[in-house]
Amino acid sequence: MKYVFLFCGTAADQAAFDALTPEELRQRYAQVGRWFAENHARLGHGNQLQGPESATTVRFQPDGKPMVKDGLFLEGKEIIGGYTEVNVANLDEALALAKSWPGRGTVEIRPVIQQR
Amino acid sequence: MRTAAVPAESALAEVFREEAGRITAALIRRFGDFDLAEESTQDALVAALESWPRDGVPTHPGAWLQTVASRRALNRLERDERYRRKLAELAVEPPPDEEDDRLRLILTCCHPALSREAQVGLTLRAVCGFTTAEVARAFLAPETTVAQRLVRAKRKIASAGIPYRVPSGSELDERLSEVLAVLYLLFNEGHLSTLGTAPFQRDLAEDAAWLAALLSRLLPDDPEVLGLLALMKLHIARGESRFSESGEMVLLANQDRARWDRVHIADAIALIEHAGQMRRPGPYQLEAAIAACHAEAPTFEATDWHQIVVLYDMLIALAPTPVVRLNRAIAVWKIEGAEAALHELEEIAPVLDGYHLFHAARGELLNEVGRRQEARAAQLRALDLTDNPAERSLLQQRLFRPEPAG
Repeated sequence: MKYVFLFCGTAADQAAFDALTPEELRQRYAQVGRWFAENHARLGHGNQLQGPESATTVRFQPDGKPMVKDGLFLEGKEIIGGYTEVNVANLDEALALAKSWPGRGTVEIRPVIQQR
Repeated sequence: MRTAAVPAESALAEVFREEAGRITAALIRRFGDFDLAEESTQDALVAALESWPRDGVPTHPGAWLQTVASRRALNRLERDERYRRKLAELAVEPPPDEEDDRLRLILTCCHPALSREAQVGLTLRAVCGFTTAEVARAFLAPETTVAQRLVRAKRKIASAGIPYRVPSGSELDERLSEVLAVLYLLFNEGHLSTLGTAPFQRDLAEDAAWLAALLSRLLPDDPEVLGLLALMKLHIARGESRFSESGEMVLLANQDRARWDRVHIADAIALIEHAGQMRRPGPYQLEAAIAACHAEAPTFEATDWHQIVVLYDMLIALAPTPVVRLNRAIAVWKIEGAEAALHELEEIAPVLDGYHLFHAARGELLNEVGRRQEARAAQLRALDLTDNPAERSLLQQRLFRPEPAG
C-alpha cells in the first residue's frame, strides 16, 4: 500500500520548535535526517515546505472563477510542514513508522488511491 | 432435520454468538475481504431470524449458518465484476478449518484507527452476531445511523489498509488494551442501563462478559484479560442486589450481601489469583482486586479499607485518572474520616466538576461534617448532571431526608 504522511503542527508545536536552542535544533535535524536515512527503502518522494506566511491559495468560486488569496487553505491552527510518500504493506506498518517520527507535532496518514 | 420447538429469541442470540465470529473469520480467511465476509454472515443471521422461529432450529445450526453465509458470499462475488475471474478457484469449498481465528477478527474490529463507535458496532455485529437493528436498540440510536457508521468503518478497513493480523510483543499489548476498553465500555453500557432495558433487547453486559471469557481462552497468558473477566464477574455477582423490588437503586453499603452470587465471586477470585501469579499487574487486575475486597467483606463496616487504599495507590501509579482518585478518597473517608476525604477531593475538583458522582460523594462528606448548605448545593449539582432515573431518585431522597436533630 502507498500512503502519504503529512507532517503537521499547531501554533504551540511551532512555538516549542522556535524555542529550541541552536544545539537542540541541530540534534532535532540530525534525528530527522537519521529517520529519513534509516527508512529510505520505504519512503518515496517528499519535501519540507516553506512556512505558512509564504502560502497562497487559488480557490474556485461556485461560478468556476479562480480567486487568488494570501494564506493557507486550512484556516485553523494546524499547519502542514512537509510530506513524504510511504510504501509499506499495511496500516499497521505505516503506524509503526509514524510513531517513530522524531519531528514531533502530528503525523496524518493518508492512503493513496491506487489503480487496480 | 429440525427440532420441533420454536426457539426463544434469547436462544437464537446464544447460537448466533457462538457461530457468527467463527463464520465471519472463516470467510475473511477464504475470500480475503472483511466487508464481504461480514455482510454475508449478517445475511445468514437475518435468514435464520426469518426461518428458525417458523420452522425450528436446524440440528446443526452452525453448519446451516455457515452454508447460507458462504452461498451469499459467492452470490455477491458473482455480481461483482472485479471478482468474477477469481471465482472459479474460490468456488471450491475449502476443507473445514478448525483453527479459531476470532482473535484476529476481534483485533481488526477494535483497531485503533477506527472510532470507538465503529469498534463497538463492528465487534457486536461481526463477533457476537448482533444484527444492525440490535446494535441500534442497544445504543438507542436510529438504525440508519448505525448502518451508515458500519459501512463507513468497513470502507475504512479496506481503503486505509487495516490488516487482518495478530501483532506480537508490545504492539499486541497496546492493541489489547484497546480491545479491553471496548469490552469494558460494552459491559458498563449494559450493566448501568438495567432499568432502561426494553423487552427483546440483548443484554450487553452478558455479551461483554462472554467476549472477555472468549478472549481469556484465546489469550490464556494475558493477566489483564483475566483481570477484566474477573471484574465483570464480580459486578455480575452483585447485579441483582443493586436494585430494590421497586426499582430503586441500592448502594453498596445497604445491599443485601446474602443475595450476592458466591459462585461468581469464587470464580473471580480464582481468576485474580491466577493472573497475579503472572506478575504483570495492570489496571483491570487492580480494579478486580478492589471489587474482590468488597465482595469478600461480610459487612460494609468490616470491609478492608486499608487494603483498598493500597490497591488504589497502585492503580494511581499505573493510571492516575481523577475518577480513581475520587474512589480512593471515598476509601480514605472510611479510615481517616470525612475531613481527610474532603481534603483529597479539593485537588481533583476542577477536573471532575462535570461528573455527577463527584458532587454526590462530596455532598455526603459535607453533610457528615455539618456543612449542610454546601452539602445541599453539591447534591443539587449532582442531580443536574445525571439523567439516570435510579440515580436521580437516590439523590432526591438525600435532598429531602430529615435533618438530624441538634
